This record gives sequence, C-alpha cells and structure tokens, in this order.
Amino acid sequence: MSAVETGIHADVQHEEHVHHDPLNFWRKYVFSEDHKIIAKQYLITGIFWAMIGIAMSVVFRLQLGFPQADISWLRPVLGQWIDEAGKLDPNFYLALVTMHGTIMVFFVLTAGLSGTFSNFLIPLQIGARDMASGFLNMLSYWFFFTASVIMFASLFLQTGPAAGGWVVYPPLSALPQAHEGSGMGMTLWLISMALFIVSQLLGGINYITTVINLRTRGMTFSRLPLTIWAFLITAILGLISFPVLLSAALLLIFDRHFGTSFYLSEIYIGGEALPNVGGSPILFQHLFWFLGHPEVYIVLLPALGITSEIIATNSRKPIFGYRAMIASMLGIAFLAFIVWAHHMFVTGMNPFLGSVFMFLTLIIAVPSAVKAFNYITTLWKGNIIFTPAMLFSIGLVSFFVTGGLTGIILGNSALDIQLHDTYFVVAHFHIVMGAASAFGLFAGVYHWFPKMFGRMMNYRMGQIHFWLTFIGIYLVFFPMHYIGIAGFPRRYYQFTSFDFGKSFTDLNMFITIAAVLSFLAQFIFVWNFFYSIFKGKKATQNPWNSNTLEWTAPINPGHGNWEGDIPAVYRWSYDYSKPGSAQDFIPQNIPYSQTPESNLPHENEQIAMEAEIEAQNFNDQFKNAH
Amino acid sequence: METSHQLPIQKEPEATLSVDPKKFILWLFIVSIVMLFASQTSAYLVRRAEGNWLEFEMPAIFSYSTIVLVVSSLSMQWAYYSAKKDNFTNLKIAISITFVLGLAFLWMQFDGWREMVNMKVYFVGNPSGSFLYVFTGLHAFHLISGLLVLAVAFVSAFRLKIHAKNLRRIEICSTYWHFLDILWVYLFFFLLTFN
Repeated sequence: MSAVETGIHADVQHEEHVHHDPLNFWRKYVFSEDHKIIAKQYLITGIFWAMIGIAMSVVFRLQLGFPQADISWLRPVLGQWIDEAGKLDPNFYLALVTMHGTIMVFFVLTAGLSGTFSNFLIPLQIGARDMASGFLNMLSYWFFFTASVIMFASLFLQTGPAAGGWVVYPPLSALPQAHEGSGMGMTLWLISMALFIVSQLLGGINYITTVINLRTRGMTFSRLPLTIWAFLITAILGLISFPVLLSAALLLIFDRHFGTSFYLSEIYIGGEALPNVGGSPILFQHLFWFLGHPEVYIVLLPALGITSEIIATNSRKPIFGYRAMIASMLGIAFLAFIVWAHHMFVTGMNPFLGSVFMFLTLIIAVPSAVKAFNYITTLWKGNIIFTPAMLFSIGLVSFFVTGGLTGIILGNSALDIQLHDTYFVVAHFHIVMGAASAFGLFAGVYHWFPKMFGRMMNYRMGQIHFWLTFIGIYLVFFPMHYIGIAGFPRRYYQFTSFDFGKSFTDLNMFITIAAVLSFLAQFIFVWNFFYSIFKGKKATQNPWNSNTLEWTAPINPGHGNWEGDIPAVYRWSYDYSKPGSAQDFIPQNIPYSQTPESNLPHENEQIAMEAEIEAQNFNDQFKNAH
Repeated sequence: METSHQLPIQKEPEATLSVDPKKFILWLFIVSIVMLFASQTSAYLVRRAEGNWLEFEMPAIFSYSTIVLVVSSLSMQWAYYSAKKDNFTNLKIAISITFVLGLAFLWMQFDGWREMVNMKVYFVGNPSGSFLYVFTGLHAFHLISGLLVLAVAFVSAFRLKIHAKNLRRIEICSTYWHFLDILWVYLFFFLLTFN
C-alpha cells in the first residue's frame, strides 16, 4: 500500500464541508445522511413490509385453498373483513391481492433491495466516503417512509385499500363507483406511489452520480465489482422508467379527480352514460408497462449482481465471463425498454406488432442464458463453501433458470392467448422475479450482515431457513403452472362456483399448505436477523475472505468508512485461487508489485503504473468537498 | 475470466474523476424530466392517432410567451458571463431580469389558459384540450422550481458567494434555466405541429 499523508480529518477547506462533530441521536440514527444508516433504514422498513405482504398472501391463499373454511379466528386482525359466516369478504380479497403485489414489487423488492444494497455497497465497494449527496439520500429515504405511512394507512380505511390489481388499470381504478377500493383507497395508493417515485428518482440519481464520479484511485470501470455494475444499470433503468409511471399516474389522477377523459370513454353505469368521451384505457397500459417491464429488471438486476459477487467469493474462483456478465446486463437493460407490449398481447393489438414484440421478448433469453451459464461455470470445480448466502445465491440461479424457461413460453403471442392472466403467469413471475429477487435479498443480508452490524448471523439457522424456503417456494409455484395450464384465471375469489374449477381443489389446498409453511419459515430469518444484531457472534474484518474494498474498512466503519486514506485499487475484485499465490484470495487494494509470485506477464507490466495510480486525485469527499 | 486478461493493456491509468457531482446530479434530474415529457408527448401522439380529436388554434399568446422565455435565457447567459468576469452589478441586474421575465412568462401562460377557456376548450373535455393544459401546467410547475433556483442564486449573488472562483451555483442555475427554455420551445413546436 502506498504511504501517503495521514489524517482524514485534516484541513477543512470548504464552507459546505461535511461536519465531523458528534451528532445527536436524531441526526445520527433518524435523519441521518450516512449511507450505512440509510441502508439499514431501508432494510428494516423492507423487512417490515415483506412480513405484511407475505402475510396477506397467506390470507388469500387460505381462501383459495379452503374456500369453505371458517376463518373467523382471523377476526381479531381482519375485523369486519370476515363476515358473519366466517368467510373472507370478496372485496377485501381483491384488495389483498392488489396490496400484496404493490407491497412486494415496490416496497420490498425495489426499495428494500435496491435501497438497502445500493446505499450500503456503492460507497464501500467503490471506495468513497459517502454518497454524492447525503442530503438527497436522506430525502430519498424519508420520501419512501412517507409513501409507506400513507400506503399503510390505506389498509385501515373503512372501504379498504386499492383493489384494482397492482397494475391499477382504468376504468376500474379511475371510477370511484366501480369498486369500494377505487375510492379513497385508490387515492391514497396514487399519492403514496407518487411519493415513492420521487424517492426512487432521488435515490437513483445519487447512485449513478456516486458510481461515476466518486470511485477511488485505480477503480476503473473494468475493475468495478459486478454488484456495482448491477446497481448502476438498475439505477439508470429506474431513472428512465419511473418518470413514465409518474406521467401515467398523473393523468389517472386528473381523470379521477378533475373529470378529464384521458383513459375513459363511453362508459355506462346502471344504464346511464358518464360524461367522459374520447379517452383510451389502452393508453394507460402502454404508459404503465413502459415502466412495468423495466421494473421487473429493476427488481432482478441487483439480486443478480449480489449473486455474482457471492458465488465467486464462495466458489473461491474468479467470476466466469466478467465482461460477458456486464454486456448481458446492458443487453437486458436495453431490451427491457422495447418489450413492454408483451403484457398487452390480448388487448386487441395488431398481430404484426405482437410478433415484433414477441421476437424482441424472446431475445432476452440470450443475455439471460449467458448469465445463467456464467453462474454455473463459476461454480464448476470450485471450492464451494455453503454459507447461507451461497445457498441463497445458488437457489437464485435455480429459480432464474426455472422461471426463465416459462418466460419463453409466455413470450409467444399465440400461447399467451391461452395463458394470459392465468396462474401460469402468476407462477412464472413469482419464481423468476419474486422468489429470485427475494433470494438475492436474503443472500445479500446473510453475506453483508457482518459489515452492517459487526456481528455474524447464525450459520445453521440460515441453512435451515434456506432449505425450508427453497423447497417451500417450489412446492408453492411448481403446481401452480398446472393450474394455470388448466385455465384458472388469477385474481378470482373462488372457483367452486364454476364447473371447470372443481377439479383442482386438492392441488390448491396443497399450494396453500406449502405457502403457510414457507411463511412460517421466514420467522426463523426474522428471529436470526434481530437476535444477531444484538447478540450475534462478533465478526472478523473479512469473514468470507473476500476481495472487495468494503472488507478493508474497519469492522464497524464510522462516518467516512475508512480511517486514514481511502485505499487505492490495483486489480479486479475476482482474484480468487490465483495460481502461485499462497492464500486463495488477493484483495483489490494489493498492488501487483507485492504479488510477483502470482502475476501474469501483462500484470507485471502494470506495476510501472502503480505510482501513477497512487498519485491520482484522491477523490476524497472529506478533502475536496464537492 | 480469461477474456479480461487478454484485453489490450492501457498504458495510462485512467483518471476516475470526471464531472462535478452536483452538476452531474442536475443532468440526471434533467434526464428524468425529459422522460416525463417524452412519455406525455408520446401519449399525446398515441391518443391522437386513435381519432375523435378536437382541433383548435393555439392562442397567439403562447407564441409571445415563447419569445419572452427565449429572451430570459439570453439574460441568464448574460448573468453567467457577468459572474465569470466578477461584474457583480451586472450579475444582479441580469438575474433580476431573468426572474421578472420568468414571472411574465408564467402570467402569459395563465393568460393563454384564459383564452382557451374563452374558446370553449376546457381542461375537462376532449383529450386534445386536456393535454395542452397538462403540458403547459407541468412545464409551469417546473418553471416555478426554476424560479426558486434563480432566487437562491440571487441571494447568493447578494452575499457575494458567486464569483469567478465559485461558479457552480450560477452554472447549475443557468443550465437548468436553459433546459426549461428548450423544453418549452420543444413543447410549443410539438403542439404547433400536431394540434
């Protein structure tokens, strides 16, 4: 390592400089501008929402699996939504489905996943003191918090929360008289989502700026860990697509509250015509899915980035195809914007246009397959260590392959006519986007918990949690494909009133039991998480023998992350088991001049450049305040 | 893994710092506004292609307001040059002119709405009219945020915080203002072409 002048707290040259005085409780833990605290705020809010979201799914699964059962024992929680006969209110069933989708997609897997790990890892892995703007970062969390409070409040409305599905298609969502949940519940949903979008934009802008401008000396783009690449691409996707959702929501608000006709036309209620003429509900779908499809990758890409890092570390092997991984992520991100209409094959779209979108959709299989093969080839002949994080990462790869295969089926515009809006679709996206991303979230928590809290999570409990969840998820969603192929439509309150629906009751029962068990398994995680924060085994500085920069920071990094100078970077982050090297990992901040025994010829040439890297701009926000 | 080793080796280590992060944040913010208006205008086109579209003449005042906004961009640029030359009197005058022109623009937009109401093109009605209100309204909303940025720059100018050595604030201010100007010009010609 280079010897450079010491003391990060030296000369404060700038008026807008970050202060180092001890902060009071509120500034330190509540309205904090420190990226690590904000990440933990996102994580804990995300876990809270995940528990609510998954619990909701258990309630409606009970209804689907045991439609005749008396569930009046749930009355203490659900109150008036359980009727006299002990049955779930059908309107509330729709509200549950809607809120489950909204919560899991936006509040858990977007804010909880990206918000946690982009905030936590970007500065630590690129070697920055903090985000480009701590203030915007704080604002981003508190916008999210406000959105959360409003969404949560909507659950307690007399008329129930929004109930038009998480995609909130008009006219159902636009007309208060259409459904109980389309009144105040929908209004709160729109307000909450508008705030949520603002939060995501503030966060995303910060992530992009930090990755591009605040990398440490020597941290070129070709040395960035794949996690950071994934977070960067995710943030760019969000920056481009979230404003479009805002647009869609804005026009919907005008239709609902001011009587405009962007999405409404020639609607009759009770024989009476509404005044709205000239709108188009399909327009909303175009706008919504222009966000909605990239959103799938906003959810999935961070999980894939986390997986790349964990699989390489725990296979003790360099990631296979580093550049191919980046290229495939860029490819997926690009394609994400030109496939939105595959959600709309049955809206009466021109069949030629449908085949164009089908073609583009199927191309996504190529970069996705590149990623899947790269994970498998990284595992191939590795010295695999089955930490809980590693198990969840391998589980993610399994889900990614399983769910990806059904994606190829659904991407066909002809097959989609049969499968559209059936449980086949539900099974597909829950495996490839829901479960895979959730596994990325779990993997990330298990892997970076020591860095976040300075303690280890219980190893054995993590492994049990993995096996129960992994098996549980397959037991829930695999049979669901058959129900979908049999033609069962999603979002129906019950099937027993139809003849065709009488045949699969046992399978639905089975799914419900599996769902309940998987839900219960999550409490192992919750207990492990909160117990370990306070009572877990003390962590060492680099518990997984990993190469990335965050493990060179102190066990409990303070404000500014590194004491003394920020480390310089001389190599990529995947030098595991390098031939010639005594230990099986070489962290990024070890110069080639210190490892002559393992250098390749061209790396020896790079030794000459080390002095130049060290002389480069520190990019230290404490020294040159931005 | 092998591929990365076989890449041509750069003889110079790359410098990592490129742009001022605060200015970079502004550019990304602009990207999100661009996407907002791109989605609005493409929604306009999609909806217009479906027929049942009310055609009307845009009130003439929108042409005049466009000129006012373009002039305000010029005075903004003058403010920037004055700051660069440490000419504080001109800087304050130029920012004030820009601010007043911005207010005048907003007033003219509002007047345009009144004229549209006189023409019986209401916000509630055929989407062709509603869209015009939404475009102008959204742009006006952003212009108000631009006025706030200007006000901050104005206060900084009085406190002598803007000078040739510290141009960041006035640079951010002028970039944003020029962007809002270009955005309006785009919307104006868009509406002229596809009314």
